[in-house]
Amino acid sequence: MSKKAPPGPLEYLRRWQMQAWLAGVFVFLYAPLIALMAFSFNDSRRNIVWKGFTLKYYDKLFNDSALLEAFANSLTIAAVSTVISLALGAAAALVLWRFRFPGKTALDGALALPIVVPEICMGVAMLVFFARVMPWPQGLPWPLNLGAIIIAHVSFSFPFVAVVVRARMASFNREMEEAARDLGAGEFRTIKDVILPHMAPSLVAGALLAFTLSLDDFVITFFTAGPDTVTFPVKVYSMVRFSVTPEVNAASTVLIVLTVLLTAAALKLQGDPAATAGHGAGEPK
Amino acid sequence: MTKPIITFENVTKRFGKLAAVDNVSLTVNEGEFFALLGPSGCGKTTLLRMLAGFETPTEGRILIDGQDISNVPPNKRPVNMVFQSYAVFPHMTVADNVAYGLVVDKVAKAERDRRVEEALELVQLGGLGGRKPDQLSGGQRQRVALARALVKRPRVLLLDEPLSALDAKLREQMRTELCLLQEKVGVTFIMVTHDQDEALALASRCAVMSRGVLQQVASPSDLYEFPNSRFVADFIGQVNLFEGVLAVDEPSHAVIRSPDLPVDIFLDHGVTGPRGGTVWAAIRPEKIELHKKEGDTPPNLGDCPHGTNAVAGVIKHEAYLGGSSTYEVEIAGGRRVKVQRSNLTRWDQEDFKLGETVWLCWHACSPAVLLS
Repeated sequence: MSKKAPPGPLEYLRRWQMQAWLAGVFVFLYAPLIALMAFSFNDSRRNIVWKGFTLKYYDKLFNDSALLEAFANSLTIAAVSTVISLALGAAAALVLWRFRFPGKTALDGALALPIVVPEICMGVAMLVFFARVMPWPQGLPWPLNLGAIIIAHVSFSFPFVAVVVRARMASFNREMEEAARDLGAGEFRTIKDVILPHMAPSLVAGALLAFTLSLDDFVITFFTAGPDTVTFPVKVYSMVRFSVTPEVNAASTVLIVLTVLLTAAALKLQGDPAATAGHGAGEPK
Repeated sequence: MTKPIITFENVTKRFGKLAAVDNVSLTVNEGEFFALLGPSGCGKTTLLRMLAGFETPTEGRILIDGQDISNVPPNKRPVNMVFQSYAVFPHMTVADNVAYGLVVDKVAKAERDRRVEEALELVQLGGLGGRKPDQLSGGQRQRVALARALVKRPRVLLLDEPLSALDAKLREQMRTELCLLQEKVGVTFIMVTHDQDEALALASRCAVMSRGVLQQVASPSDLYEFPNSRFVADFIGQVNLFEGVLAVDEPSHAVIRSPDLPVDIFLDHGVTGPRGGTVWAAIRPEKIELHKKEGDTPPNLGDCPHGTNAVAGVIKHEAYLGGSSTYEVEIAGGRRVKVQRSNLTRWDQEDFKLGETVWLCWHACSPAVLLS
């Protein structure tokens, strides 16, 4: 075998310093997750020593009705708030992209507010809002009892959708829209046939973002949840308060796997992940 | 049998205070290949967009086949456009792109397929209907845009800078093809361009615009040989402009005296101009002959009195372009005159080198007299 050529000026990955750095990043990012997942299969009450493989905590998990209910609540909240966030976010992005109107800059800033406001403040604000300004009626049948949480989730996730969609629209060629009109399409037909297909990758990305944000939100949910509306993260938190049991590990593993699967599906649906990622930092129009 | 198909009646378009199009009246006839020509920002694109329906005139009316369409939305107009960026829909195949206008119009599937096929053949994209736009070259994408517009059988086809995005060789080829295409389909073409060569080569008639105002509407050769203003003379091709006064103005001949030229400019025709007022003589570089200076007798082309239309100068700049050479010749008084000369043999550019003294002379019919 011939001796390898020395690394070129741009072949960063062939330098050992970079490789070590990369390895470090992967270890710190993924080692805790892998440990968490591994110990969910550990046949011991304590999360310290490996005693042998078991699936009994998963079995326990799927028979724990309180946990299952929390999980169902979380999924429902995530699904509903994603749909609403998508509609609101896409509409807001479209308006900001398409029109010029007085107060546009203000609206633009206001839209980014939920992204930058500390979550704890949002949580307290929501608590006060639902306690004083607009109390959500108690004792409603499922899933209406989740309304307050859904509203809270929409309020912090739709700006993310708007930002992603708007960045995508910045790369839209306005002549495309005119071409559709020129060929005989009306306003709505043009939106359906030309604008939506361009927007699609950002809608998928936005939906994914909204869904995961909602699924794993703890702080805001904690402040808006009532006694009978426990979500999965809140439930896990209450379990951890006593001790970190393997059930918690198992529950977290399910959540992680679910999120990874969803992400993979979204990326596949999206087809061209770079199309969205590349425009993420795009200047708003 | 020139039947007007499009009429602009005193059309003005203002964006804020700026009049992008200023009181334009213009008629385009059926079957013409009409070019709107002008520097960027002259309003030619705005005029085209008003025709397509993307802008509405602030004042005036636009008629197609005698019908006022000023307030008709773009999707209801019998015109179609080929956009500068082509605007081919990236998420549809070539065939779907071409079919789009027919789908929107609810044309039956069988007829639609036949017409799409026809249109693709017409632009020589037969067999590529299944491709996605990102598998096509720039030239092919433009053909898709052409087919997509023509398949709707518009009364008028609008082309926005159709050749500007293509490279030089392809541009040449597309020029010829656009001409042939227009002859074949017989649709009226209206093209916007800032490229005078493109306009001269393609159009049967051109309108030259500047700052929103129509300067001249004429055939390409009339624009070049009989410009009506300094702007048009200067914008189309190269020109030597001599400012002077009309010293003699008879029905049979005229004389222009310019402070820039040591000799009079003699014209073999009368000028109905302001006697003693300022006029401009425009002489194209290729209409000035270059002669080697042997002796002090100026050459005479036989159609003007001795002592006119010939001047001595020194070659200060030369550019050999292969088929022709261009020179800048400095005459007495310091004025530089542009001259273009065809290289008729393989040696004759050798006769005119930098620093040589030469005679310049021109025919009495060559200068165009401009009053503005």
